[in-house]
Amino acid sequence: MKQLQTWGRTWGPLLAIALVAVALLMVAPAVLSPFRLNNLGKYVCWAIAGVGIGLAWGRGGMLVMGQGVFFGLGGYAMAMHLKLEAAMASGGPDAVPDFMVLYGDGTMPGWWEPFRSGAFTLAAIVVLPALVAVVLGWAIFKRRVKGAYFAILTQALAVVFATLLVATIKQTGGFNGLNQFTQFFGYNLYDPVNKRMIYSIASVALVVCLVLVWQLYRSRFGELLVATRDAEERVRFLGHDPANIKLVAFVLAAVMASIGGALFAPITGIISPSDVDATASILLIAGVALGGRALLLGPALGALAVGFGRTTLSETFPDQWTYFLGLLFIVVILFLPAGLGSMWSQALGRLRSSRPTPTRASAPTPTDELEVAR
Amino acid sequence: MDAFTTPLLAGTATGALLLIAALGLALTFGQMGVINMAHGEFLMAGAYTTYLTQQVVTSTDLSILVALPVAFLVAGALGLLLEVAIIQWMYRRPLDTLLVTVGVSLLLQQLAKDVFGAQGDPVHTPGWLDGNIDVLGYHWPFRQMFTIVLAGAALAGLGALLRYTAYGRRIRATVQNRDLAETMGVSTRAVDRVTFFVGSGLAGIGGVAVSLISGTNPNLGTTYIISAFLVVVAGGLGQLRGTVIAAFAVGVVTAFFTDWFSSSMAQVLTFALVVVFLQLRPQGLFTVRARGLA
Repeated sequence: MKQLQTWGRTWGPLLAIALVAVALLMVAPAVLSPFRLNNLGKYVCWAIAGVGIGLAWGRGGMLVMGQGVFFGLGGYAMAMHLKLEAAMASGGPDAVPDFMVLYGDGTMPGWWEPFRSGAFTLAAIVVLPALVAVVLGWAIFKRRVKGAYFAILTQALAVVFATLLVATIKQTGGFNGLNQFTQFFGYNLYDPVNKRMIYSIASVALVVCLVLVWQLYRSRFGELLVATRDAEERVRFLGHDPANIKLVAFVLAAVMASIGGALFAPITGIISPSDVDATASILLIAGVALGGRALLLGPALGALAVGFGRTTLSETFPDQWTYFLGLLFIVVILFLPAGLGSMWSQALGRLRSSRPTPTRASAPTPTDELEVAR
Repeated sequence: MDAFTTPLLAGTATGALLLIAALGLALTFGQMGVINMAHGEFLMAGAYTTYLTQQVVTSTDLSILVALPVAFLVAGALGLLLEVAIIQWMYRRPLDTLLVTVGVSLLLQQLAKDVFGAQGDPVHTPGWLDGNIDVLGYHWPFRQMFTIVLAGAALAGLGALLRYTAYGRRIRATVQNRDLAETMGVSTRAVDRVTFFVGSGLAGIGGVAVSLISGTNPNLGTTYIISAFLVVVAGGLGQLRGTVIAAFAVGVVTAFFTDWFSSSMAQVLTFALVVVFLQLRPQGLFTVRARGLA
């Protein structure tokens, strides 16, 4: 019996991830219409970003309120490539995207040029957000700026990024964003089979991210990250540099958000400033908070639920959706700071009440953040 | 000369606006560690109060003066409600207050949209604020000067409250060392409520000034909240002078960048400057030194 429990604690999470994989890759395509499946794909992209937020915020204690920026970097990088692909398919190898002719003088800025290459685009989707996160994270963490300061800076970054996008209509499509993609690395985007393929890619990406963070949480790094969240000074006294630990988590979260964004563009067929601004970033946080920020599957499932709720509720009550979202924040953070997922682990803990519950990773301690108040 | 005075004077007015918005934030953030993202919506409440006052008091010359205390009370009451209903349960989780108040801010924005419409309403400028004065080639509108006067008055009022009244003494004691203040018989909970009321009320006054410049708008709060927070972060906590310097610095610098490049580029550069500034002074300009291993 005891052996079974140990086995369950080690491999149980992997089993849960496998269940998610089966649900996303086998059940969903079989039961959902292509339209609904595409919608699900959109939520999966948010969930990928959510897994990253769970890593940075839930385990690392860094409230990343600007993940939309990294989502957008990936999304726009991919969208630029798709835009150029569409242009080249209809107008030859030197063609420029249609909106540049419409709003500009038909010349393309030089930094668009490399995105004609698919390989470069794929590399950029990983490297670009990592670079931004390293520079910003280095500047912030090394100087021990943390807590609310960090959260506000990341949110300011999201505001700045969206403003910049809106203002550069000739280079980035401005408020309209980039849309009307026709093909995805040579595959026709109007073919439902290809749409399904992109959905599958997104689902696989989500599962890979989940397995990755599962391994991270089990590793020494995962322990250190939680330790840094709960008592940064003590980690420092033990000889580790908390800045490096946080930086790794922040960069990983950024890359995950970027991958989510990169798949979001072909799935929804559009990426615009409203998908990446401060409000969009907050929506990403909402899912993670709902599911359980420090749990393995909480962020992903929460993001899926919020995505689903957003579509369904805004279909039925287009005006009241914001009320739901606002109330969701208040109720969840006030009464269930560890998320809905924590209820399940608490119930599980009560079942095995004979021994201490192993769910300690769920409740963040306040000591570190209070530092700001002093 | 024109190219220099225009951004300088217009930027000073923006800085004054940021100052009124940031004062309340700095107060609640410094004292309680509470990050109130709904603060921008208190500005909005102040703006709508001005609009409503003008519906009741039809003389525009008078209505602004009536609106100022009313806006202070309305926004202050909203803040007090927020403190009593939600925030007081969360003092042990300051970072989470940020998210809860994000929810409150969404609610208030949607509420304003449903009640007043998504378009926003115009606020009439009183006759005595119509016009401008020629300062070294810049026609400085009286409205902008009024903002500066208002910010000065708010600052002076807050400063006097903190320095000369018993409440102010308790507030300062609580900021410096909450536990010790409690030991000396200060009811820090009551002090928190007063601070929240005053801080939110200041946002209401800021809202009156904003409404004179841009009318009312359900999204008015989001325009100012981030800049106001950057001011608080750059200024440091627990002391007003840091906030004052940071507010005018951010206002003027942004105005110059806007003049030289564009308004969006100005936002980017100002943000970059704040991050660079935090490299030099991670705690902001000034901070209250307190003992303790934190």
